Amino acid sequence: MSAMLEVRALVREYPMGDERVAALRGVTFDVDDGDYAAIVGPSGCGKSTLLNLLGVIDRPTSGTVAIGGERVDQLSDGRATEFRLRRIGFVFQRFYLMQALSARENIELPLAEAGLGKVARRDRARALLDYVGLGAREGHRPSQLSGGEQQRVAIARALANSPKIVLADEPTGELDARTGAEMIALFERLNADGTTIVVVTHDEDLARAARRMIHMRDGVIVGDERAR
Amino acid sequence: MLFTLAAASLIRHRARTVLAILGVSVSAAMLLDMVMLSSGMRVSFGSLLTSQGYQLRLAPKGTLPFDTEATIKDGDAMVSQLLARPEVVAVSPVFGGQLYILTAHGVIASSALGVIPAVEADYELSSGRQPATANEMVANDALLAATGASLGDTVHVGSGFDSQLRTLTGERTLRIVGRARFIYMAREQKGAALPIETLRAMQGRDADGRVSLAMVRLVPGQDIESERAALERLFPRVTVISIAEALKQVDERRSYFTQLAVILGAVSLVVGFLLVTTLVTVSVNERIGEIAVMRAIGVHRWRIVAQIVLEASAMMLVASPVGLVLGLVTARYLNSILANFPGMPERIDFFYFQPSAAWTSLGLLALSGVLAGIYPSWRSASLPIAITLRQEAVG
Repeated sequence: MSAMLEVRALVREYPMGDERVAALRGVTFDVDDGDYAAIVGPSGCGKSTLLNLLGVIDRPTSGTVAIGGERVDQLSDGRATEFRLRRIGFVFQRFYLMQALSARENIELPLAEAGLGKVARRDRARALLDYVGLGAREGHRPSQLSGGEQQRVAIARALANSPKIVLADEPTGELDARTGAEMIALFERLNADGTTIVVVTHDEDLARAARRMIHMRDGVIVGDERAR
Repeated sequence: MLFTLAAASLIRHRARTVLAILGVSVSAAMLLDMVMLSSGMRVSFGSLLTSQGYQLRLAPKGTLPFDTEATIKDGDAMVSQLLARPEVVAVSPVFGGQLYILTAHGVIASSALGVIPAVEADYELSSGRQPATANEMVANDALLAATGASLGDTVHVGSGFDSQLRTLTGERTLRIVGRARFIYMAREQKGAALPIETLRAMQGRDADGRVSLAMVRLVPGQDIESERAALERLFPRVTVISIAEALKQVDERRSYFTQLAVILGAVSLVVGFLLVTTLVTVSVNERIGEIAVMRAIGVHRWRIVAQIVLEASAMMLVASPVGLVLGLVTARYLNSILANFPGMPERIDFFYFQPSAAWTSLGLLALSGVLAGIYPSWRSASLPIAITLRQEAVG
């Protein structure tokens, strides 16, 4: 199986007064195409920093990141934006839906940005809402949806442009246990349908659902295990 | 999608949007008024001068028409010479003076113009007719009101009044045959016009052949400035003023107004700009997280800038017509106050509406709306995405 994600000697330091604090201290790993990896570890271990670098919304101090064989660690702002739009799907802990837009319009947002026509993006958004089980809620605004429903819309939005990889940052962090379980099932279905997923989580159930668990501590990988 | 997001953002905070639009409208109204004021008097005066079709005005050397009591000696001869020129179509001589009218309540003084009714260009009749005989006159509303006279009445007038003996000199009995609106007289100024020969005769032998002003209408297509120069050479004891020259004189006299208008216009534009910048900044700061998410999911920076600029421009566009109406109403009110400015012709408008003035104001506003949106939107769209999302999550 080819590597979807190739991370080499990744270092991320932040200036803190006169000093520099390292959030990542030389992280190296690969994620295969179609894999489902959970990155786990205590708070402050560098999980989210790593996810930001994988998602091309931050730049490493040193080291490289390649997604689908393309180096993404030193892209210009414009190219990084384009890459995120077409190759990466983001799911956030707090859903971060546009409150002014309906569920369907939220999904249409990246589709419109990618240049899809009105009818095509409406059809695609409806199909994705059906996929996450919210076909009947397309006209509802985020404030009219439950937390679980909002996260489903966020997942549908992440899938809008058929990304190579979906990155999720604590996707069950704001959900109750039952809704969290539904979300875990949705991620499993997503992965079974061929989407590569990397999820950062404290949720043991979610981590166990992944095929692979990468353990981090103090900015380095301290364990990497296949779940099944 | 861009429009949906921009509209949604404006609707989300309705009260703030409405207040912003009102604020910008006031600023737009003031800007429009100042643009109208900066050029209004000039345009209005220019249209006044051209309204009667006379392009050149001949006044005693070194004076402006009716600026002094000076007159041109041998004015009739000058008029004959003018009429003999092939470049000239018509000449309207005017002889200025005073008219004193005895009433039951005392003597009323009025400005008087001696004219040739067939070619006069100093007044418009609102009712009645032009004087047809030597003993007829027209009067304006102010004079009619002061004397209590009406059209058809006969009044006893004089060209002078001895205040000690309380007697009139140069007496005549004239019949009022028309109600006139004098173009160059102030609103409250009492005015009358009568045949030039009558007024001269009332003033005595010294007035024979004199004119205070001669207005010249040229053959269509004639080069006005070259004819003006030719007439100055021909009549060295007069000043020949073209409309362009008169407007130059107006420009010099109204420079204070222009400066005032430019400064206040600039201030109102800056106030409008700052108002929109502040509101857009506040709005953007509230949506920093939303903007960071949009960036994270692949929305380009320029698209976010465009959306926010669109919001700012939309506010400006809605505010502009409101400001336009407000500005016109304000200008009308201010004009009615300034119309009483001492010595200012009644028909001069300080705030003269021209479509170009409105377009200039709206254009400046639209531009300031775009500029007002650019800085805060670019700043927010340029924030580091990861750090902003982290701060939003913590916040």
